[in-house]
Amino acid sequence: MSEITPDLVRHLASLSRILVTDDEVEKLAGELGVIVDSVATVNKAVSGDVVPTSHPIPMSNVFREDEVAPSLTQEQALSGAADSAEGRFKVAAILDED
Amino acid sequence: MSELITKSACELAGLIESKEISSVEATEAFFDRSESLNHLTLSYLHLNRESALAAAQAADSDLAAGKRHSALHGVPIAVKDNLTTTDAPTTAGSKILEGWVPQYDSTVVKRIRAAGLPILGKTNMDEFAMGSSTEYSAYGPSRNPWDLDRIPGGSGGGSSSAVSGHLAPLAVGSDTGGSIRFPAAVTGSVGAKPTYGAVSRYGLIALASSLDQVGPVTNTVLDAALLQDVIAGYDPHDSTSLPDSLGSMAEAVKTAQFKGLKVGVVKQLSSDGFQAGVKKCFDDTIAKLTAEGVEVVEVDCPSFEYSVAAYYLILPAEASSNLARFDSVRFGLRVAPEGNPTIERVMAATREAGFGPEVKRRIILGTYALSSGYYDAYYGSAQKVRTLIQQDLEKAFSQVDVLLTPTAPTTAFKIGEKVNDPLAMYLNDIATIPANLAGIPGMSVPNGLAEEDGLPSGVQILAPAREDARMYQVASLIEALYVAQWGAPLIAQAPGLEANRG
Repeated sequence: MSEITPDLVRHLASLSRILVTDDEVEKLAGELGVIVDSVATVNKAVSGDVVPTSHPIPMSNVFREDEVAPSLTQEQALSGAADSAEGRFKVAAILDED
Repeated sequence: MSELITKSACELAGLIESKEISSVEATEAFFDRSESLNHLTLSYLHLNRESALAAAQAADSDLAAGKRHSALHGVPIAVKDNLTTTDAPTTAGSKILEGWVPQYDSTVVKRIRAAGLPILGKTNMDEFAMGSSTEYSAYGPSRNPWDLDRIPGGSGGGSSSAVSGHLAPLAVGSDTGGSIRFPAAVTGSVGAKPTYGAVSRYGLIALASSLDQVGPVTNTVLDAALLQDVIAGYDPHDSTSLPDSLGSMAEAVKTAQFKGLKVGVVKQLSSDGFQAGVKKCFDDTIAKLTAEGVEVVEVDCPSFEYSVAAYYLILPAEASSNLARFDSVRFGLRVAPEGNPTIERVMAATREAGFGPEVKRRIILGTYALSSGYYDAYYGSAQKVRTLIQQDLEKAFSQVDVLLTPTAPTTAFKIGEKVNDPLAMYLNDIATIPANLAGIPGMSVPNGLAEEDGLPSGVQILAPAREDARMYQVASLIEALYVAQWGAPLIAQAPGLEANRG
């Protein structure tokens, strides 16, 4: 059986920056437990030295000429933002007040 | 039903070129139909009449001036809602991007516009392409034109239902684990995932960057080939874009022949777990090929057994990183809790409200797979499985030209049947996932109706990386065998949507 406990789900959700309710935590723990038990079979597939593949088509050192090209204006870049001020993205405080 | 809307894209392009019809007429025919029938299938999240008609008029006047921009010049097309468009909202089926109008066109959309194809609208999809049924779309499920109580596949069920329901002659989709091919199989249409890197991912809202690939959704193999010719090609904006050209798929289709062809049937994908009628359709395809003198051999791909497990570690891992950009700052939803919350609390509240259950599940699963202490056991092993699958395929392709499998384990299931069982949903992609893990091209072509339910089945053709042309050739040969039997593509047997108008 997997070790997906409600506390672990709460911790992972917090790392993922997703607020979860207690009901969701219970449900997710059950669902993720079943999924993790299933995907854990990858361990059985590999024995001995196998080089991991992170990219399907081998490629390395992809460069292009560093040329100036049209890019978004400041107004365009900010057009989708929930809030902006003085030409910048406006966000809530980074640090707690206390 | 208007004559125009059942024609293939290639036929429409010919009529437009010879000026028997205008691009405006063709585009209006699909709008009229979509506006009256889209509520049945929810293929489109957004219809783009004004800007499509402007593009159609431009296509007509360019043609009048002797400028034909592509072999599909003037033919209208539908675009999956995870490709950015400056003239229409792009939501990827998620509430977190509701109403977002991007400031740039994806490269695929740019190419479509430059080729003279008016864009009808944006098609429905599982949220961020996570799903096999479109039931995870935040805007409601699309429905299968063959039976409106059933799923049209996913994640690209909007594109597959649009094309098979004749709400568009052509569409583009994206395929991370089968999101083009599975929908094609269950709607009796054609869907192709090109070699990884053949089509630019610039402006495609990323799900899993090492797996995602954009490709055609059509009713015929030639239409798919023509569309791949429009959208494929090197793009300096995508560092994984292939610098080498794979040639013209439409030209390749014209020279297809059975002579000397050797196909492999994957042992691990030919027996257990497939619906009897789907298996029977597949056996029929093999029998037809054998009758044409094609040599068929069984090939062993033992690592395929682990492909779904590896996929559901790699995909969530990559998705959890990619979806970190939805942080309430630069685009999309922002939900601020009461009081003076910090940005972290704003992000958590935004993502709680903006993401649906499957997206949350996969982000949390990916975060787990990447956490220290688990990384080697899960993500590390999954990447090694990827190598083993590539080695299996390399060996298989040293013996045969292409591999054939049933595209999907079943025909279209009922809406609601699997939505509460994530693992059952994941298994729909058992035959399509290996191509994404290995980066090779894969394509689904209709191969009949399953006898137990009368619903479409598909056969999948897999070819080595960069051999998309070979895949299209074999697809067109298989299609021709069935068209000879049926007198028309399978889609002609679909019940009309009009019968369900209500």
